[in-house]
Amino acid sequence: MSQTQQQIEANRRRYEELRAAGQELAPKGLPEPTALGGAPISPDAVIHREEVPPGWYATIRLRRGEALRIVDESGRSSVSLIGWREEDTSERINCADTVKVQWSAAIGKGRVIFSDMGRVLLSVIEDSSGAHDLLVGGSTPASTLAAFGAPGRNTQENFLAAASKIGLDVRDIPPCVTFFAPIALDDAGRFRWQEGRKQPGDFVDLRAEMNLILVASNCPHPLDPARPAAIGPVMLVKHRAAATTTEDVCRTASPEAARAFAFTDRLFA
Amino acid sequence: MSPSDISDAVYICDIPAERPWSRLLRKGQTLRIIDSEGQQAVDALLYCADDKSERYSSQDTLRVEGSAYIDLGTRLISNRGRVMARITADTCGRHDTSAGCCSCESNAVRFGEATKYQHACRENFILELSKHGLTKRDIVSNLNFFMNVPIDPTGNFTVVDGISAPGNYVDVTADMDVLFVISNCPQVNNPCNGFNPTPIRVVVREAPGL
Repeated sequence: MSQTQQQIEANRRRYEELRAAGQELAPKGLPEPTALGGAPISPDAVIHREEVPPGWYATIRLRRGEALRIVDESGRSSVSLIGWREEDTSERINCADTVKVQWSAAIGKGRVIFSDMGRVLLSVIEDSSGAHDLLVGGSTPASTLAAFGAPGRNTQENFLAAASKIGLDVRDIPPCVTFFAPIALDDAGRFRWQEGRKQPGDFVDLRAEMNLILVASNCPHPLDPARPAAIGPVMLVKHRAAATTTEDVCRTASPEAARAFAFTDRLFA
Repeated sequence: MSPSDISDAVYICDIPAERPWSRLLRKGQTLRIIDSEGQQAVDALLYCADDKSERYSSQDTLRVEGSAYIDLGTRLISNRGRVMARITADTCGRHDTSAGCCSCESNAVRFGEATKYQHACRENFILELSKHGLTKRDIVSNLNFFMNVPIDPTGNFTVVDGISAPGNYVDVTADMDVLFVISNCPQVNNPCNGFNPTPIRVVVREAPGL
């Protein structure tokens, strides 16, 4: 159906307004990164702690309102993450919608991670780093062989193993987000690694906005120039997040986020 | 000579605005996608014909490419790390693979709930993939030919006006037998189609791209 000139102009006007709100207003409202060692978790809020050795993965189930803290204790690790909605695993993390809807490939405290169904999978409620990758993805057999000179454990095979153990398969593995992977683009669109953006103790807190199954893979990012030395353990802390309020920074960061939370809340209404 | 005036064409099809399409592309064949009227995004997915659990992977493609955009020479990489196809001609110069496809659900988040009831690429993909035994599970992050999505050094990520002129084309030459699936994007809420979706033409020929 061909659009009238009036429709075209109205839609362009709305698009420009949304873009200005998304790229000029929303970022100013985002909080500063969490201080290293900040945002302590009360001991009675901790549900489970688990250290994941280099090269390995863990599968974590979160109920809505629970959170996962991922700590890069050595400052040398990167953690690739995928996830599905527990009740219907065809709903899953969607990196493309995450960057497109929020008008930014840079996620950090106050941003959210979307599912493919216009709902919020995870809220980034604490983040000391702000240097994460949604474009390049995790390591593979080939990237690991090239970096280490021998076959080695890698994120692609970790995801496959983890998916298989819950009845899913390679068809269910979506593009991943990788935390503590300071990828940026130069003016020509080439990826570059931002030196100095990783520090021991960097952490993120991810609050589940629906019931989730997550897989976290502790393998060096395929563009990390420190490989093969770039390995260290990561600590996963499953905990109960503080109850959300109407002023919650993730819920109010942008009109898009507010709508996505409204749609997500309907699952639980 | 018009871009679709190809003597060795074995197949030509005009895909109407907003519609899906799919076809088996044999190893060595080249698919030319022509942006007939200009500024029209073409969403595309590739599956290995012999084992459709092997499929196009945007992240693997960008990692191997080393940059955020698709252009002449880009190898399209599968989730098993194999080259499925490559870009062998390109008169546009800018294509995306980070922004995914539009869906009723993401439109509602981006542009307001009223836009939920507008046709979207994911509706096209679901219907077209169902002919091949595939479902929503199989929809991965896709290619967006002729879609201009600059990502600046601060991370700003913006769908902006397309740079493809009427008749611009891109050639994709298959390195293996692939099922090639297209959604001629119906989006009217952002500039990817100039806010007005238009037809495209696809041409298959036996020879590799020019």
